[in-house]
Amino acid sequence: MSYNDARPVKITIMSLPAHLPVVRAAVEKACKIVGFQDETAGSIVLSVDEALTNIIKHAYKGADDREIEVELGILGDPPEVLKVRIRDYGVYVDPSQIKSRDLKDVRPGGLGVHIMTECMDRVQFSPAEGGGTLLTLTKRLPAKQETVQ
Amino acid sequence: MTANQASNSPIQEVRWAGKAAVVDVVGEIDLNTSNAFQQDLLELLDKSPERIVVNLSGVSYMDSSGVASLVKLLSRIRRTNGSLVLYGLTDRVRGVFEITRLDSVFEIRADEQEALS
Repeated sequence: MSYNDARPVKITIMSLPAHLPVVRAAVEKACKIVGFQDETAGSIVLSVDEALTNIIKHAYKGADDREIEVELGILGDPPEVLKVRIRDYGVYVDPSQIKSRDLKDVRPGGLGVHIMTECMDRVQFSPAEGGGTLLTLTKRLPAKQETVQ
Repeated sequence: MTANQASNSPIQEVRWAGKAAVVDVVGEIDLNTSNAFQQDLLELLDKSPERIVVNLSGVSYMDSSGVASLVKLLSRIRRTNGSLVLYGLTDRVRGVFEITRLDSVFEIRADEQEALS
């Protein structure tokens, strides 16, 4: 396995919207390497992007000089699950306050958490050691994968 | 109208077909570009189009901020009894509308001819 939970891919970006395409490209490639098909890879990329967008807009309130860390790892031997950890250093928000809105209420905004929960198997917010939030997203790998060793 | 060259708006061109404005959009619509995208779309309302047709065939990626810009435009144009039609959605862009259940809220057509009919 080219990357796993003991040797994750680590990317640190500043909270600049212009950095988001770089993370998306890396996540897309990481998904393809472990065998996700195009549609699922796209939904994982979207979920990570929504998480980063929420951090920039809400945790960092638009400040563009804060760090965000993204880690991609594979759990299990043989490989079973993609785990994405996203850590920010903003104010920790109680998960009970992070809700996706009623989709029948058609208005701009508030869709990011809904997208993450819809696309990923598990979405977990927890307080990060030293402050900030650690978001963990997981997605089970496809049953018959072709991985690059 | 041409897209604001000073911004990073993904709007490439606005063409007119009678009282309908056809907006050609290219590239990626995310947090980096959605503000300029929304601003350019809303400014188009000043020209009082009866219909706005958004050509998304050149859009390779859209996140919820891009969708939110279109929701805002839809809300505003409905106030003037105008209509908003989208066409040319790639599978990935269509997927975002489906995940957010907005595919049933927007008029989505296969091509420009259908969008203008």
